[in-house]
Amino acid sequence: MSATVPKPAASTYAIEVQDLRVDLPRRNLNVVKDVSFRLRPGEILGLIGESGSGKTTVASALLGYVRKGGEITGGSVVIDGVDVLSLDERKQRTYRGGVISYVPQDPGGSLNPVMRIGAQLDETLAYHGVGKKDERAARIGEILDEVKLPGDADFLHRCPHELSGGQQQRIAIAMAFLCRPRVVVLDEPTTGLDVTTQAYVLQMVRTLCREHKTAGVYASHDLAVVADIADEIAVMYFGRLVEFGPARAIMSGAGHPYSRGLVRVIPDPSRRRPLEAIRGRVPSLDERGEGCVFADRCDFVEARCRAAEIEPVQVGADHVVRCLRVEAVRGTSARAPVEEVTAEAGGATATGYLNVRELVASYDGHDVLHGIDLAVPKGLVTALVGESGSGKTTLARCIAGLHEEARGDIEVAGERLKFGSHRRTVDQRKAIQYIFQNATEALNPRRTVGHAIAQPLRVLENGKGERSLDERVVALLDEVSLNPYLAGRYPSQLSGGERQRVTIARALATGPSVLICDEITSALDVSVQAAILMLLKRLRAESDLTLLFVTHNLAVVRAIADRVAVLNEGRIVEEGPVEQVLDSPRDPYTRQLLHDTPALVNS
Amino acid sequence: MIPVRLAYAALSLLVVSILVFVATQALPGDAAVAKLGKNATPEALESFRNLYHLNESMPAQYIHWLGNILQGELGNSLATGGSVSTLISQHVVNSLVLLLFTGIISIPIAIAIGIFTAIRRGRASDHVTSITLLVVTALPEFVLGVALIVLLATSIFHLFPAVSPLDPSRSVFSQLELTVLPTLTLVLLVLPYIARTVRACMVEALDSEYVSMARLKGMPERRVVLRHALPNIAGPTFQVIAQSLAFLAGGIVVVEAVFQYPGIGEAFVSAVQSRDLPVIQALALLLAAFYVIVNLFADVGTVAMTPTLRKGAR
Repeated sequence: MSATVPKPAASTYAIEVQDLRVDLPRRNLNVVKDVSFRLRPGEILGLIGESGSGKTTVASALLGYVRKGGEITGGSVVIDGVDVLSLDERKQRTYRGGVISYVPQDPGGSLNPVMRIGAQLDETLAYHGVGKKDERAARIGEILDEVKLPGDADFLHRCPHELSGGQQQRIAIAMAFLCRPRVVVLDEPTTGLDVTTQAYVLQMVRTLCREHKTAGVYASHDLAVVADIADEIAVMYFGRLVEFGPARAIMSGAGHPYSRGLVRVIPDPSRRRPLEAIRGRVPSLDERGEGCVFADRCDFVEARCRAAEIEPVQVGADHVVRCLRVEAVRGTSARAPVEEVTAEAGGATATGYLNVRELVASYDGHDVLHGIDLAVPKGLVTALVGESGSGKTTLARCIAGLHEEARGDIEVAGERLKFGSHRRTVDQRKAIQYIFQNATEALNPRRTVGHAIAQPLRVLENGKGERSLDERVVALLDEVSLNPYLAGRYPSQLSGGERQRVTIARALATGPSVLICDEITSALDVSVQAAILMLLKRLRAESDLTLLFVTHNLAVVRAIADRVAVLNEGRIVEEGPVEQVLDSPRDPYTRQLLHDTPALVNS
Repeated sequence: MIPVRLAYAALSLLVVSILVFVATQALPGDAAVAKLGKNATPEALESFRNLYHLNESMPAQYIHWLGNILQGELGNSLATGGSVSTLISQHVVNSLVLLLFTGIISIPIAIAIGIFTAIRRGRASDHVTSITLLVVTALPEFVLGVALIVLLATSIFHLFPAVSPLDPSRSVFSQLELTVLPTLTLVLLVLPYIARTVRACMVEALDSEYVSMARLKGMPERRVVLRHALPNIAGPTFQVIAQSLAFLAGGIVVVEAVFQYPGIGEAFVSAVQSRDLPVIQALALLLAAFYVIVNLFADVGTVAMTPTLRKGAR
């Protein structure tokens, strides 16, 4: 620990972080190094980076906590003039949850499943010195009111599983603000929520921080998510803070090539821009080379970049960048140019290759789809959009033959399909393929990638074909831009983006004419999402695929789709070419969705 | 929820009663001949069979038998002619005493060891405990029993009697020194199993996000373990305790034989030797009922401790 001179309590900053460093001592690896920033009361910092950038490690290290195996080996975190990291374990605990609190990524897993909500809120207060029972009850009532949850005894008596995902997240936020902390650390708290709930939670965090003069550190992989609420932005890559500065300055003129990349991968809901991805992937910890950590993925790299660690360069007031070529980088345009839309999107009313008529679907007798009529034209991307519970996934599952409690007509290429894939012919099953949201769960962890991709061929073609299974697996891997040697790997050895590519390759194996993509990018980092969307676009162009793309994100719709159908409560409320629906939405629900979709300001 | 499980339990017992009845009927030999001897007259054999309904059809015998049992009438021993209930009641009490002591001693210690090793996971104390438990688990019950006799009764120390033939004229509670070695054997039999399961569940709970969250809320480690992690492993812990007790009901037969302890195991063996059908049937049913009831308690306990299972949901 570096010795820190105690500062007077009346600091103008709520939190000052200096040279924070986290190592894995047993493996002799460094995880995070040279992280410094400070925040004033009421300000929010967006801590941005892809998976593996170290942002979660930094987030929890601010509370003096690291996961098993890790250790904070240097630096200081000063709150109220006290370096929290220099305190012993017992003193640190009085700060944790009280002076600096934490909002986890997955509230469903982070709230204790066997403890009642009320008890979980109450113990937090009790351990941080609010002594009297009725005083604590009053405080809990106050904070629940602020997060717009009922504070009655019946609600407090519930267990976490009796709440919705959005309610769970609001409980976690209430818990974090309960002891009126100086700093709140939020670790991707809206991942897994749909855009409407996300917009609501973001606004709530913003209001709470402002009103309580609490500084917020908001970790996310998506710049667009924090665009509306962050005052400052810190971009992390490979355990280093590569850029720090005012939010507006970074979004309009980022100085680090990586920050630029993160800006350019964000789809824009208001205009169509060509998709861009950051090439390569975050290397693993033991692959660290000399010099700039981003050199291997950088388009501006020069020999001197690899010579030594890069020192921060001041480019504006409170704006620093760890890049030798910052001038050259800032000379390029920040965002991709707007794309002219020339593609024929099927006109106002499309002739369908895939047609759905008067489809009614239910779960245990409860109708969730009420008479859907939809025409999906051949060779185009049609997006199904709506909140959780709107019925978009049920519709996709009916078409794929995964949901049978339904009536109505589904036909592909003039041929009527039965409900339930086991009632369909082999050719019908080959023609429609489904890609699931969660690639980790969609792949058998005990089977190799090659086995997974060959599986539909074995089942639907008895392994017969002109070429051997192995050859076809290699060709399919190549088609989704994966190295053929991955065929022998297991899903756990792959990154999230690579796993999703494998499920795409598996879906392509039978040569389908219709590909149904169910929220396939919503669990991925935006940078990886961009690469997957580019892949789908290329596949569609090359093989005349008809794509049905289920999503809750209108920015993704703008980036990839030709047509869009908006679902609300089991009905299609609006349908048409993307430019028409998103530029001049007629239905209030579409307008609300568009309003809630994260976007960069000034875009 | 609970009425449904009760109904399942009753149904299981009914099926068991049929199996017990059919199985005992299938035993070779003739009870009348076994009782009256090879030289008995055909008339004597016939009247014996009539007395005990041995000539009726199987279903009729079964219904007759089940009706009696439901009225608490276990019948008379073919060997002694005495009432089965008085014959086995002392044995049952003796065995229950062993089970009770075993449970009281092994369950708290096993849970404590499980929690302790989970907290100290990966350290030397965890490895030593885990390996010791594994070695004990690998030993069959008679080896454990004999090892304890050698260690504590004969060759090395002489602390306890090597065999435990209770004096039937006195209560088992006035001869507790005789229960020490059998109890100890049974404890060693189940303790590693419970402790290992508790450790595995606790390790998982301590790795969970809600435990991280509790720590990040500033909760002391003691509260994190006892209040946040422990209630979450109650379900599987109930299950493993129930399985262990049910397993003990079988293990006790061998252990009682090793120590010549007059419990149900001993009663079982002698009843089988003399083909004393009513006694065999009563003991088999008793063991089955014990299994079913212990598992019923475990299920109810698990449901009570698991909010996601409560209120009839799912």
